[in-house]
Amino acid sequence: MKETIDSLRFRITKRFGTKTVLRDFALEIRGKQFVTFLGPSGCGKSTALNIIAGLIPATDGEVWIDEKRIDHLPPEKRGFGMVFQNYALFPHMTVFGNIAFGLQLQRRPAEEIRRRVQEMLELVQLPGFEDRYPGQLSGGQQQRIAIARALVLQPRLLLLDEPLSNLDAKLRIEMRAEIKRLHSSLDLTSIYVTHDQVEALSLSDWVVVMRDGLLIQAGTPQEIHDQPVNVFVADFMGFRNFFQVRVAGLGPNREVEGDCDGMKIRGRTRHTFAPGAPAVAAIRPDDVVVGGDAAAPNPWRGSVEIVEYLGREDEAIVRLEAGGRLWVRTGARVAPGEHVTVVLPPDRVIFLPAEESGGRA
Amino acid sequence: MRRLRIGEPSELDLLAMACLAPSLLYVLVLFVYPFLYGIYLSVRPMKVPGFSLANYIAFFTDQYQYKTVGITFRLAVPNTIVVVAASLLFAYNMRRGIWLERTVTTILVLPISLGVILLSQGILGFYGGKGWFNQMLLGLGLLEDPLVLTHNFTGVMLSLFMQQFPFCFLMLLGYISGIDPSIENSARTLGANPWTVFRRVMLPLIAPGLAIAFALVFVMSFATFPSAILLGQPTGATRTIAIAAYAQAFEQFDMSYASAIAVIMGLFQLAGLLIILLLRKRMVMAATMGVGKR
Repeated sequence: MKETIDSLRFRITKRFGTKTVLRDFALEIRGKQFVTFLGPSGCGKSTALNIIAGLIPATDGEVWIDEKRIDHLPPEKRGFGMVFQNYALFPHMTVFGNIAFGLQLQRRPAEEIRRRVQEMLELVQLPGFEDRYPGQLSGGQQQRIAIARALVLQPRLLLLDEPLSNLDAKLRIEMRAEIKRLHSSLDLTSIYVTHDQVEALSLSDWVVVMRDGLLIQAGTPQEIHDQPVNVFVADFMGFRNFFQVRVAGLGPNREVEGDCDGMKIRGRTRHTFAPGAPAVAAIRPDDVVVGGDAAAPNPWRGSVEIVEYLGREDEAIVRLEAGGRLWVRTGARVAPGEHVTVVLPPDRVIFLPAEESGGRA
Repeated sequence: MRRLRIGEPSELDLLAMACLAPSLLYVLVLFVYPFLYGIYLSVRPMKVPGFSLANYIAFFTDQYQYKTVGITFRLAVPNTIVVVAASLLFAYNMRRGIWLERTVTTILVLPISLGVILLSQGILGFYGGKGWFNQMLLGLGLLEDPLVLTHNFTGVMLSLFMQQFPFCFLMLLGYISGIDPSIENSARTLGANPWTVFRRVMLPLIAPGLAIAFALVFVMSFATFPSAILLGQPTGATRTIAIAAYAQAFEQFDMSYASAIAVIMGLFQLAGLLIILLLRKRMVMAATMGVGKR
């Protein structure tokens, strides 16, 4: 009896007054996938989710489920489950009342309601909580109940709007695993909205990076992580070091050499550059080798400026002799003022198109 | 933390008492004392020596007097219901903001800033026999004779509505727009249509605010005085209990009898509040039971 979907397709434009929040945001999502909309606040990801849910009308566009257009349907007719950042449980109802709410509206027999609520409580590992009120539960418990309340109706699509943002760090990791477990054990199709790249990478089959209402990059977590298309995505994916360079030479196998204020820097790219064109070279702090071999490619010298202790590693800012700063993360202990050699392994340096505006460089 | 036993003095207690003293003094001097003095006055009738309930007996045996209770209820109860219902309708539909919200709110709230006298003059002029309202209807041929809307029951109702609606509307708007919108959004995604959302989710959440609105509007309506004089028939159809008390105090100069009427008025207001609170309790329970375990 459970309904599943083969695909969700949409193309949405949304304007609030003169402000365009979503510009022709179009995507096709296949059934049973876990898709994440990832972006900074104000990028339109939540608006997109609310439009798919039917809670906000789109200014222009269409939403299709399989071969049926649904954007004219009110939210209660779409058969989607939704989980909100602030749980949104009904405070005047017990846990049982909250989970049973949707089933009661469908006029299911009392016996079936009781059984399905029980099953859900066991699924979210909170059996015996029927008679509690939301106010008597912790944040994590409330979010589990909110998930149970959405899942008990066996929705054909589950929408999650930053469901972990209000939880503390430890609980967030626990609940992340929980959501992943539920998604795969129930064969759900899910759309997950977040600004946290770790959540996006760890949960998703498909990540959609958004900015200013535009789709910037969509791909598997690995693609997004390893091959960001531009500075914005790279910045979001943990590349902290960006250097303005001029492309000096191109080699085979997507190798590229750049000139950064007289210093040579070698890396790889998936873009095509003309020699002499401006570009941005980027590397993650943890890919920089501190105290590396000065004969290796891309060796730079500098002095340690600030050290942050992170437990197993230190994160440090190295002021380069050639000018500029470099974020590094290393297991080798460093001290402020220390002179170090840093090596940027060429296979970890990516070259991105230079941006006229936006992003950080 | 050390647990304080009852009666055990501590620095904290003294500080708390010191902080409390000014407000306590204020309440005692300006409310409790006059209130108790009023009760004392009411049981010391002018005509009988010593303590006596003669004033209370006189009130409830004199039809001219006890009828004011009925009149006041007939004004206050429908007015309260109409004001709260209209406020709820407007406030609920404006909870997520509307087009030109500031302008609309200003227009709705303007009467509150004008004062009863100016408002009453306006109503007299506009709704009176020669006022624009009747002239318009007569001119359109919708009426043969002008409607009598002032100096009667209707006039008082109009005035009360205009004074109390803005205040009640603002209160409910604040209350309702404070409810997290994702609560109703989640109800929608669980299959509830807008009416079900209102009945099963929003109404129980609004209920406490609604009860306060009912209570305040009822108490204000029950104590109506200027409207009943300016727009009603203060000697007949709209002789409310407040007018009766005023007449005893400042026309008959019987402060004792006037105090007794004031106390009676207070008791009826209290009874009204109790009924509202009981209804609220039942309403919330009914709403939660409808979705609870069966």
